[in-house]
Amino acid sequence: MITIIVIVLGLIMIIAAFLAIYQKNLVAAVISAGVISLLASILYLLLAAPDVAMTEAAIGSGLTTVVFLYAISKIKKKDGE
Amino acid sequence: MLMLIGSLITLIGSIFLFLGALGILRMPDVYNRMQAGTKATTLGTILFLAGLALGYSHCTCWPRILTLILFIVFTNPISSHALARAAHHIGINLTEKSVTDKLAEDEAENGEKL
Amino acid sequence: MAEIIYNISAIIALAGMIIALYRMVKGPSIADKAIALDVMTIISISLIVYIAAISQKIIYTDVALVYALISFIGVIAIARYLERGL
Repeated sequence: MITIIVIVLGLIMIIAAFLAIYQKNLVAAVISAGVISLLASILYLLLAAPDVAMTEAAIGSGLTTVVFLYAISKIKKKDGE
Repeated sequence: MLMLIGSLITLIGSIFLFLGALGILRMPDVYNRMQAGTKATTLGTILFLAGLALGYSHCTCWPRILTLILFIVFTNPISSHALARAAHHIGINLTEKSVTDKLAEDEAENGEKL
Repeated sequence: MAEIIYNISAIIALAGMIIALYRMVKGPSIADKAIALDVMTIISISLIVYIAAISQKIIYTDVALVYALISFIGVIAIARYLERGL
């Protein structure tokens, strides 16, 4: 049962990684990177490391998304002037 | 016996989760997808977590699961509302079959973005 | 019997996650992808609590709690960026 979950989550992670690399739109790429850390957190939990999973969920999915969006909005503001 | 009841509740909840994801696949425009993907998955998550808390009541994780259910009930409609407002603000069109758009009418009446 | 039904429920939830990934690959606008991210977050919270229950460890549910909090902030940040820039 756990094996099925690990295989499916790994396949979804690979697809989301290709999506994050080859997408033209920057915000869509940031969302795809958020999906990768979402699933990596479940995989860390399955490997019996709840502290690493908590850190990955907080930093990889929350803080990185907010920082990337802040940087993209700063760049667009500078391009507009 | 309690475990069997909990597992059946969890099965109903997982079917709701699947139907919510299917609604995301099949619905024609952003707002319909948002409605299917928020209401159905909120109910599905509540049933899934309640079934798990009922079936595994001997591991005493039900207070945290109750906190999680309360948190999801409060935050999921808020995020859906914010996303719908943002989608309307950046001008994503409704599908052809939709009948009315009260927010656009109000904005045209007041002459400014609400 | 009950454990088999729990396993079937987890597999149905995983199938829902795959369908949401298809919408994320194909979705025409950014809002579609954000909704797909929201649904995948909800399904993965359910999976985390399922793993915590079948492995009988209470501390795993804390991860689900942190995850619900953080993903809410992420979706709000995406919506605010789409509306007026962060």
